[in-house]
Amino acid sequence: MNAHTISERQKSLVEEFEFFEDWMEKYNYIIELGKSLPLLPEEEKNDDLIVQGCQSKVWLKAEKDGTNITFKADADAIIAKGIIALLVEVFDNQPAGEVAKADLSFLEEIGLKDHLSPTRANGLMSMVKQIKYYALAYAG
Amino acid sequence: MAYDVQQIRAQFPILNQEIHGRPLVYLDNAATAQKPLRVIEAISDYYLRYNANVHRGVHTLSQRATDAMEAVRESVRQHINAREVAEVIFTRGITDSINMVASGMTTLVEQGQNIVITAMEHHSNIVPWQMLCQRTGAELRYFPMNDQGELVLDNIDSLIDENTALVAFNHISNALGTVNPVERLLHKAQEVGAWTLVDGAQSGPHAKVDVQHWDVDFFTLSSHKMYGPTGLGILYGKRECLEKLPPHQGGGEMIATVKMEESTYADIPHKFEAGTPHIEGVIGFGAALDFINEIGIEAIAAHEHMLLEYALEQCLEIEGFKVIGNAKEKASVLSFLIEGTHPYDLGILLDQQGVAVRTGQHCTQPIMDTFCITGTARASFACYNTKEDVDLFVAALKQAAMMLR
Repeated sequence: MNAHTISERQKSLVEEFEFFEDWMEKYNYIIELGKSLPLLPEEEKNDDLIVQGCQSKVWLKAEKDGTNITFKADADAIIAKGIIALLVEVFDNQPAGEVAKADLSFLEEIGLKDHLSPTRANGLMSMVKQIKYYALAYAG
Repeated sequence: MAYDVQQIRAQFPILNQEIHGRPLVYLDNAATAQKPLRVIEAISDYYLRYNANVHRGVHTLSQRATDAMEAVRESVRQHINAREVAEVIFTRGITDSINMVASGMTTLVEQGQNIVITAMEHHSNIVPWQMLCQRTGAELRYFPMNDQGELVLDNIDSLIDENTALVAFNHISNALGTVNPVERLLHKAQEVGAWTLVDGAQSGPHAKVDVQHWDVDFFTLSSHKMYGPTGLGILYGKRECLEKLPPHQGGGEMIATVKMEESTYADIPHKFEAGTPHIEGVIGFGAALDFINEIGIEAIAAHEHMLLEYALEQCLEIEGFKVIGNAKEKASVLSFLIEGTHPYDLGILLDQQGVAVRTGQHCTQPIMDTFCITGTARASFACYNTKEDVDLFVAALKQAAMMLR
């Protein structure tokens, strides 16, 4: 999947979600994504990396790789981890400039934003915001 | 008369709905209870037939509203067996009640004195005392807790001493369900002449309290945890204590005379009820008290206890299930963790299956610190919950645990 552009990755995620009949299945997928997320090593987890505004603890680390930006993340709750994994899957190792201006309508298309409770939807938006901040900083 | 849970349940229209395509199982009662029809109707009846401001109008509607509100004050008095109605104050909630006492005590407490609380308090029974101590230089002390979630009172004779100004604690813990040894604590406090305050947030819906029997100085209740409207609390205070306490807020209703130079205050309870009160809240709460009294609080407590035991028995079969708070005396609250899962994840997946529980710290960070955990999932029962609710909850919990591990 890594070779694809952001919008191709988003499209394939949307297609993936269309397979599922109900939200329990979607959550199951998110949980499995969370379990497969490459972990941020324990020694790299510091408080500066914590995404503010999430109910559970979410760490997000961005690094520059040429003109691309890479992400590593972890969370103490598995669904939050699955959600950040989903975002990492879309934005990891992409040109920072592209990440910064990326369209986010896929979140609506998979229904995630509407489905989460307001506090959790805020958490999701905090993760997205953090990804975009890093991308803007690295693109500039 | 046998406990007819279906007949009780039928009075709560909100329970009859689906969440994510599954029947709603509402087990977040320790946060707030649902409202029976008669409470909702009492509120709309007030607005449909006799809405008016209270206590100052000579016109008929104002008189009716005032009578209705004051009748509830009398119901509350009877409910907790206060000596007189003037000892019942309507507040915005328990947080407001406790702050009222803490702020009033500013001029009554001085450096060298201490306030004693416990490690098992809701934040609203910690922070106001911390603030009082900051204002006055008094010392804040607390009783620790053991790993069963029970208070450790071994050092009661040194913790509560002749310099103790006040001892404040909850009757029943919202996070753990522990029923605390109220009388032992009160007795010790009374021995040294300290004031006492019992937070009755969780006793209101689950236990009969007689303030004269306890001889407690202050006692608080929350309407919305007792099937009544939000935004209303009760502060009971002994007359002699309330008279010593300066008013918390100035304004209308709480004055006797107002001159530009100086005002004199009304007698209790009005001294503590500045501004237009939460009239419809009070009226709704009256209906809630009638509801509780019709069933009988002992009958409700027995039903909830049966549900707690029934839930516990099934939950303990789930691999890795761990109860947080195993006190011998427990009411209506099942706080738990499942090994290898995060409470937030459990909460989300239970919600997906129609089951409402609370997850997190339950406004009791010091309790979570005692157990070295970041939070728990909590199921709490009310008069309208059924064994079927428990079955659905347990099935949903098993499903969630399976997905998360």
